[in-house]
Amino acid sequence: MMSPQEWTQKLVEVIAHASTQLPPDVVEALKRGRDAEVEGSLARKALDSILHNIELASGNWQPICQDTGTPLFWIHHPIGMSTRMLTAACEEAVRQATGKQLLRPNAVDPLTEKNTGHGQAPGIPTVHCEEWDSPDVEVHLILKGGGCENCGAQYTLPNAALKADRNLEGVRRCILDAIQKAQGKGCSPGVIGACFGGDRGSGYVESKRQLLRPLPDRNPIPEIDALEQDILEKSNQLDIGPMGFGGKTTVLGVKIGHLGRLPACYFVSVSYMCWANRRAGARITADGTVTWLD
Amino acid sequence: MAKLTLPCDVETIRSLKVGDFLELEGRIVTGRDSAHHWLLEGHQADVAPLLQGSVIYHCGPVVKKHEDGHYSFVAAGPTTSAREEPYQADVIGRYGLRGVIGKGGMGARTLKGLQDHGAVYLHAVGGTAQVLAQAVTKVEQVFMLKEFGVPEALWVISVSNFPVVVTMDSHGNSLHAEVEKASRAKLEKLLGLSA
Repeated sequence: MMSPQEWTQKLVEVIAHASTQLPPDVVEALKRGRDAEVEGSLARKALDSILHNIELASGNWQPICQDTGTPLFWIHHPIGMSTRMLTAACEEAVRQATGKQLLRPNAVDPLTEKNTGHGQAPGIPTVHCEEWDSPDVEVHLILKGGGCENCGAQYTLPNAALKADRNLEGVRRCILDAIQKAQGKGCSPGVIGACFGGDRGSGYVESKRQLLRPLPDRNPIPEIDALEQDILEKSNQLDIGPMGFGGKTTVLGVKIGHLGRLPACYFVSVSYMCWANRRAGARITADGTVTWLD
Repeated sequence: MAKLTLPCDVETIRSLKVGDFLELEGRIVTGRDSAHHWLLEGHQADVAPLLQGSVIYHCGPVVKKHEDGHYSFVAAGPTTSAREEPYQADVIGRYGLRGVIGKGGMGARTLKGLQDHGAVYLHAVGGTAQVLAQAVTKVEQVFMLKEFGVPEALWVISVSNFPVVVTMDSHGNSLHAEVEKASRAKLEKLLGLSA
C-alpha cells in the first residue's frame, strides 16, 4: 500500500510525462502533416518548428508549451480506495510540479485577480474518479491550454444559421463551424473532442474525455466513426492550416462521444485541443510499479 | 532569413510585408492581459523607454529563479493575441511600439493601428515554447511581478535568432483576414449555406 505522499510522487511523474513528452501517435500525425505541406510554405515551416520543439522538450524534460493548461485527471481505482486521498494527491502533485517548473503557476482567483502562485485553486485540477474491479489504479491526464480552451463551443440544435437539425448531419455542421471559427487561435493543427447529447455541463466533460483516445483509435459505432472520418477530411479542406497560416493540416483527429439528452435539449459540445495534445496515461500497481500507456 | 534588430525605426517597419520571415535581435518586453490594462491606466514612465521602438511579446513564460536571484526563461511561446484587441492600438500609439509578437492574429482595430503608427504583427509559432525560450539570451529586468504573478508580469528580455513571420503589416494587409474569409467561403459552400 502506498502512502498519500507516495501517490503524490507518482502523480508528479505523470504530470512530468504529460508536460514534456508528446504521445508518439501525435508526433507521427504532425510529421505526416509536415510532409504533406508545400516545401518553403509558412505551413511547413511552422510544422518544422513544432517538431523541433517537441524534440527539445522531450530531451530536456521541459514543458512543451509554457501554457501548461488545466490539468484534467481521470482515475480508475480499486474498490475501497479513498477518492478524497486521490484528489488531494492530485492537488498536491500539481503544486509540487509547479515548484519544479514542470507546470506554470497557472491558477488565478477571479475574485481577487491574484495568481495563487502554486498552480492549484478550487476546480484546478479537475479530478474524475471511477471505481473498477481491477486491483490497479489507472491515471489518465490531459494538460489543456487556455488558448485552445477559449476555442471550445456549445451549440443547441436546431440551428437555423447552419441549417442544422437534430441529427448526425446537424452535429457535423456544428463541429465544422467550430473548427472554422477557431481558425489558428487554438494552435492548429488541433484535435477535436465532441459530444452530442448530455446537458451543458456533462456534454463539455464528455467532449474532453474523448481527447483521451489515441489518434488512430476508431469509433466502434459505425455511423459515428463515419462522422469522425468525414469531419477530419472536410476540415482539412478548409485551408486554415497550421497556426492559421493556410495549408492542408488543420485538424489531426476528431473524436465524438454521445450522452443521453432530455427531450427538450440537443447540445453539441466541442472542445478544441491544440497540437500540443498533452496526454499521459499510467497504470500503477498497489506496490507502485508504473506502466506507461501513452 | 532577414534579421530585425530592436529597437528599430519606422522606415524599417514600413519595408516589411506579410509573409516575411524574420529573426529578431535585441530587446523586447513581454506583456499580456494585465499588462495591457496597466499600460493604459496612465503613462508608466519606468517601462516606457524600454517599449519605445521595440515590440511587446504576448507571452506568459515559465520562469526559473536561480539561487543568486537571477531569472531565466524555461518555456516561452506566444499566447493568443485576440484578447488584447480592444487595447492594442492604443498601447502601440501611447508607447511608440513598432510591433507586437503573438499568435492567432488580431482584428481590424489593431490592423488600423499598425497602419496609423507604423508597426507590424509578428507571428511566433504557438506552442513552440522550447524553441523560443532558447532564443531568449537574457532576462534583463521585470516589472509588476509581485502584483501580476509570473505569467502576467512585464519581463524585459534580450533575444537572438528569435523566429517570427509578419502576418499583419503596416499597409493594411492581414494574412489572418484572408484565411478567415477564404475558409468561411469554403465552409459555406460545403454546407450549402452560400447565398
